Amino acid sequence: MPDIQADQTLDCRGLACPMPIVKTKKAMDQLQAGQVIEVQATDRGSLADMQGWAKNTGHLYLGTIEEGNLLRHYLRKASPDETKELKKHPYTVSNEELAKKMESGGRQVTILDVREPAEFAFRRLPGSISIPLGALESRLDELDPEAEIHVICRTGTRSDLACQLLADKGFKQVKNVVPGISDWNGPTEQDNI
Amino acid sequence: MEVSNGLHAMTAEELARFVLDQQELFILDVRNEEDYRNWRIEGERIKSINLPYFTLLEGVEPALARIPADRPVLVVCAKEGSSKFVAERLVEAGRSPVYYLEGGMKSWSEHLAPVKIGELADGGALYQFVRLGKGCLSYMIVSGEEAAIVDTARMTDVYERFAAELGVKIKHTIDTHLHADHLSGGRKLADRSGAAYWLPLKDATEVIFHYDSLEEGREIVVGDTAIRIHPIHSPGHTIGSTSLLVDERYLLSGDILFVESIGRPDLAGLAEDWVGDLRETLYERYRGLPQDLIVLPAHFGQVSELGEGGKVMARLSDLYRSNPGLNIADEEAFRREVTENLPPQPNAYQAIRQANMGKQTPDEDEQREMEIGPNRCAVHDQ
Repeated sequence: MPDIQADQTLDCRGLACPMPIVKTKKAMDQLQAGQVIEVQATDRGSLADMQGWAKNTGHLYLGTIEEGNLLRHYLRKASPDETKELKKHPYTVSNEELAKKMESGGRQVTILDVREPAEFAFRRLPGSISIPLGALESRLDELDPEAEIHVICRTGTRSDLACQLLADKGFKQVKNVVPGISDWNGPTEQDNI
Repeated sequence: MEVSNGLHAMTAEELARFVLDQQELFILDVRNEEDYRNWRIEGERIKSINLPYFTLLEGVEPALARIPADRPVLVVCAKEGSSKFVAERLVEAGRSPVYYLEGGMKSWSEHLAPVKIGELADGGALYQFVRLGKGCLSYMIVSGEEAAIVDTARMTDVYERFAAELGVKIKHTIDTHLHADHLSGGRKLADRSGAAYWLPLKDATEVIFHYDSLEEGREIVVGDTAIRIHPIHSPGHTIGSTSLLVDERYLLSGDILFVESIGRPDLAGLAEDWVGDLRETLYERYRGLPQDLIVLPAHFGQVSELGEGGKVMARLSDLYRSNPGLNIADEEAFRREVTENLPPQPNAYQAIRQANMGKQTPDEDEQREMEIGPNRCAVHDQ
């Protein structure tokens, strides 16, 4: 049996839906951001519901270990700036829409990648430019405030923050690419390593 | 049953009336999005929305905004707990009347009720048992003091009760083929009633229990004045699939021909092998039968297939005009239609086949779990 460290263990064995989620929510409210909770449940329905609830709230569903009838769910509490209550940049473009634009517009399409340089080096969209989120504010002069800019990261969170920053600074046409590179099926490139 | 002010339980049977009588009903389904997408309660005038219960833990405001205030609402979940939880909060927020589905989708999946299809010779009758939640149809053929059940569902007590009400003894249970979408109650009901259990030989090569071989040329007789059941070999959905000609008037088509679709050939993993059989059954064998036969299938896939009072039936000649599966002239186009882009397989279909062969014996809870979801036996199911 794999041994996974958790900051708290919550016993929901024998409880039927909705109680496992109700109790997990209460326990999660008491945790610090970044802490991990293990929820033990016997209700099979709790598997899909844990995943759905986590997706809905922004907490990270890590995985489930099954031992006979026992399900051990692991979840990590999101920090306030990761949860969904946060204000979102209103303009988005889907991976598929961006792929279509790239097909028809080629290198004319501006794609700003705000991940870390190492992430960018290993896998990126062809023709995208790299400015990590942390450096964005000091490198605004590299970008055209009038141009349509597609901002991308791994899952759409950092790029959302980047979009909001750019919009604040007077950029007219910034769009967040969702969900981002984690789900990208189109062409990619990498450094010659 | 009144639980508290404004909150009521609705049974699967009461819900079935809304579907069968085409009454209006608003449903709030609080299961997760995937479960809702895969399988939900449908009816001609049923409107449903999906808001998972875990999005309503902080408050039911998102639901209030989308539920009409002037009409009853039924809250539905997998087993009951979450729907009751949400329904109570809707009542607290001032909504009334609010219902929750007793036993949830599990009860809905298990509910079946008889509808009389018609009279048979010498005072006999034919009943169709409509399992609305799963889209399964089974039949009781009654004559004199005897009955035969075709494509028996797992809930065998329903047939036993109905036979007792009619004062008839169950003498035969017949499966038109080895089912992959639901657990057959045929063998269990036969054991309990001292009846014979019939299964097509070619579908039974791996079964590990005794059965009577359902094959062409044999005749099953119900009652003294003899309602005759003639098996017609009609392979394609499975290699042994056998249709039943009852009283020279009704064609029980199993999973070969449905009202708005045709059977899929892939559930035993042999789609390419069985395509030719399916084609021959539908385009030659059935063509050669009297065209005024009433077709009674073992499933429906969409609620539009439910007719008056919930009956699922159609004249064979009408199906040759309207059923898209019977109107593909080109053989290659037919092959593509029934082997490519098929809907997902029914839930747990491999385990269900094993259990129907007697090779697995799941307990009651496991059986319920295996049968979750729609039947998905037709080529055109979602």
